[in-house]
Amino acid sequence: MQSRREEIKTGREKLQRIIEMCKPVEDRSLDPFLLDIKELVTTMKEYFPEWKIPEDLCLDAETLHHLASVIRLQSEWVKHRSTSLYTDPFLLEEKLIHMEKGGIVETFLMAWHPIVALEQISLHSLAEALRYWESLLPLKERWKEFPPAEVTMSLATREELIRQRILRDKAFSEELDNAWQELKERVAEKGKDGKIHYWDFVGAETYEETVQKAFMASFLITYGYATLEIHPLEEEMFIRPYEKLVRVGKKQLVSMPISVSVEDWMKWKRGELH
Amino acid sequence: MSKRKAYYASKIKRAIHMLFYQRHKKPGVKGWELRKVLGSDYPKVLKILDDYLKMLDLQVKTVFEEEKPVEEPTLEDLDKARFYVTLRGELTPKEAKMVGWRIDDLAGLAITIAYVISKKGKVARKEVEELLRDKLPGWRVDLNIDRYIRYGYLTQDESEQLYLDWRTRAEVDEKALIDMLLSK
Repeated sequence: MQSRREEIKTGREKLQRIIEMCKPVEDRSLDPFLLDIKELVTTMKEYFPEWKIPEDLCLDAETLHHLASVIRLQSEWVKHRSTSLYTDPFLLEEKLIHMEKGGIVETFLMAWHPIVALEQISLHSLAEALRYWESLLPLKERWKEFPPAEVTMSLATREELIRQRILRDKAFSEELDNAWQELKERVAEKGKDGKIHYWDFVGAETYEETVQKAFMASFLITYGYATLEIHPLEEEMFIRPYEKLVRVGKKQLVSMPISVSVEDWMKWKRGELH
Repeated sequence: MSKRKAYYASKIKRAIHMLFYQRHKKPGVKGWELRKVLGSDYPKVLKILDDYLKMLDLQVKTVFEEEKPVEEPTLEDLDKARFYVTLRGELTPKEAKMVGWRIDDLAGLAITIAYVISKKGKVARKEVEELLRDKLPGWRVDLNIDRYIRYGYLTQDESEQLYLDWRTRAEVDEKALIDMLLSK
């Protein structure tokens, strides 16, 4: 005798199979009467008492929904067959293939009553257009109200970063040293295996502070104070401080762009991002 | 001219302006637009206009929102319907050429519409392409189907299924077309 777990597994598979059978019918590539609705409903009924968790109940509801769509298609099919518009597509296809082009056109012209519509400028719309043109201010005056913001791209200098409070006005080497010390302390405090999650190091109370720390982190990595470990499959990124400064030398350097967007920072604050 | 006659004469003029001159992307006017301009007795105005257009071989055509024609439409049905002026009679093949249709393109349109109707209003584009390729050069088939879609005779969904669109419902007497094709 099947255990309950096996029973549930079989039931789920059967419902999935019913859904798969309904789909081609819903896409109208199959005759809706090919499916024995009564039998499928019996199968659903048989397994219904087994469904306890919401996922199974949802699967049951989805199956029922697909069956209802097939029943709707069956009803449409019957209605269509009973209307005067019903034509056997094969018969019609045969007719169309064997008819001459001229014959088809002649027949179509008897059932075709094209729309009559005009596209023409009127005196009234010309007068309206002229009134509009007269009241329209010249571009020079209209655009004056909204001076376009000039956006140019260039490299940010250290002075600019200080002015924008991204960097503090300290000697840069001193800043780097401080950041290195902080990184080591954070690793000792919160890290594991001598490394810490990138966002746990750069993340701060404010977004400005976060950007500043990310900026310092990039220099720590570039100048050999720390290294970055990336685990692409887990989508995790760690920063590992070196005990001593490591000379990068002539080793091939790889650029690694890391996005520090407000959205990422907010996610980190909410604990959704490590 | 009696007051009543003058009243309807002016309403008919307004109706003519609305129906003949294309105001939107698509030709035709919605019932509620006519009601706004002509008043609540716009169905009567359209009836008088239709009688008048008879001698010009034109007619006021009503296309209801539902695919099937409504037997006794309510005011609500009419408000939602779209009204067009169409040809009442038939064009000769020569005249059809004059309005910009090549005989091949028109035959292709007729075949496509008839085939979609016979397939309950939905058919894969590939099937239609195959059918048309029997009589039209391959390079024209794709162009023609795109043209029928652009004009509003057909519409296509993301899975490349073709359906009849608003212009076919306004211009083609579907039942007459099928009956005539089968009786040939």
